[in-house]
Amino acid sequence: MVLTRENAVNLTLAVLLLAVPLAASALGQPFYITLATRIAILALAALGLNLALGLGGMVSFGHAAFFGIGGYAAGILASHALSGEPLLFDLSGTAQMPIIWLVAVIAAGLVALAIGALSLRTSGVYFIMITLAFAQMVYYFAISWPAYGGEDGLSIAVRNQFPGTNTMRPLNFFFVAYAVLLAGIGLFALIRASRFGAALVATRQNEIRVAALGIDPYRIRLAGFVISAMITALAGALYADLNRFVSPSMLAWHMSGELIVLIILGGTGRLFGPLAGAALYVAFEFALGGLTERWQFFLGLILLGVVLFARGGLLGLLAGKTKHG
Amino acid sequence: MVEPVLQIDNLVKSFGALRATDGITLDLKPGEIHALIGPNGAGKSTLIHQICGTLKQDSGTIRLAGEDIGALSAAARARRGLGRTFQVSSLAPEFSALRNVMLAVQARQGSSFGFFRPVMRDRSLIDPAMAILERVGLSDRARLPAAELSHGERRQLEIAMALALQSKALLLDEPMAGMGPEGSKRLTGFLDTLRQEAPILLVEHDMDAVFALADRISVLVYGRIIATGTVEDIRRDPAVRTAYLGDHA
Repeated sequence: MVLTRENAVNLTLAVLLLAVPLAASALGQPFYITLATRIAILALAALGLNLALGLGGMVSFGHAAFFGIGGYAAGILASHALSGEPLLFDLSGTAQMPIIWLVAVIAAGLVALAIGALSLRTSGVYFIMITLAFAQMVYYFAISWPAYGGEDGLSIAVRNQFPGTNTMRPLNFFFVAYAVLLAGIGLFALIRASRFGAALVATRQNEIRVAALGIDPYRIRLAGFVISAMITALAGALYADLNRFVSPSMLAWHMSGELIVLIILGGTGRLFGPLAGAALYVAFEFALGGLTERWQFFLGLILLGVVLFARGGLLGLLAGKTKHG
Repeated sequence: MVEPVLQIDNLVKSFGALRATDGITLDLKPGEIHALIGPNGAGKSTLIHQICGTLKQDSGTIRLAGEDIGALSAAARARRGLGRTFQVSSLAPEFSALRNVMLAVQARQGSSFGFFRPVMRDRSLIDPAMAILERVGLSDRARLPAAELSHGERRQLEIAMALALQSKALLLDEPMAGMGPEGSKRLTGFLDTLRQEAPILLVEHDMDAVFALADRISVLVYGRIIATGTVEDIRRDPAVRTAYLGDHA
């Protein structure tokens, strides 16, 4: 890998995210470990959305649905594992993260296939609105489904397990989330550089040209949308385990908006944009949140500044414009 | 008789009371350049949209190499071998010239669902794409983003992408548009060498180019073809002279 300015910025971000919890652990400040874990997980969720939004130009305002599906997969499987009641027929719950992740990713992928197949027949503002509408359907379904807590949500009594590590220790759980984030970033980089990535990015730039070459833009977008949802769902499962709690708020439109904000803050379509955005967001929330309850007002001002003066987000400021080889 | 590559029969398209395409029958034979000319508003763009599949005809058939493609999507028609260029250059502006052509090569290979192999290390994409850029004279501009190319270079890149598809038939929509006289001349020479590779349906306003290149010319006026023939036939046709050519011939 060539050490371009962007790679240097990326590397710095990755190292910083690792250094903070290590230092916090050494200094006996577990709160900061949780903060870093939150950054890693939100970054992963936004990374998923970035595949659809940044690479494919699909402004999905409904990714909370996939984030929440991932969260509920973790919560529901864990609750069945605890109670011993079978989930479906003979299938029991599980407290093993790898299995939970698989279920989360497959469930979200199937839902995304259905939502995407319908939503991608529209474009522009209609696409934004229809993805929002589908996500709200999932949200209201979760609220009105008493079996898993309805409006009150669902607690995860003991954090789910990952083979070979005690996830109840904050630092260990951070390592798990961090490793998944890095794997996600690697996958994103691979996909972006691949034939599929070329077709997806080209579809965003010029759909008519792509069709005239014989590549069906609809199929490319749909595949991109599904992969994007799967990554966000994986983040959702981790998020539920971080908080040991899952509620309909993970599915709310507010969450969808937050993911878009993270991407814009960090840099749309950039490999480390979601991480930069998540780090900024959580840092603001923490720093300003301690001073005033209305910290989101100031976040709004900053977002306005980014949109008006720094369209490339933090990555754009630090590393310059995107290059496509 | 040779089987035509592209065969359009009795095509009709109306917008309200306006019959923009009024029973057009047209064919494209192997090895020929068939020019389609006509004044502005004659319905050339509407016809192209229908052939390429971005607009659906009301009635009539479009056949490519014998197969009825009239109900297929634009992408499906391209996959069956219909290559095109656009009147206004239509490229992926952020991609380099090379990556634009590589995308076309990838489309021809029918493999856009590879997720892991990086394209920039894939010789099976890069080599054919570079060879085509060389042919159209863009190899030294290969790494520039399409948006930074000059107007003329973008026109060349359009043609490079159409070539990369190795289509059965090419539809070139005003390839000379906006080119200076020097560029037009060079492009004319280049297109002349292409007809053996794929027959070309050439929509063009530049009469010098049309007369230099066309094996046959069809004249479109108010949605109808009023004459089809060789360059000489068309020059002499009195109906064409009044309707279109005016003093030009």
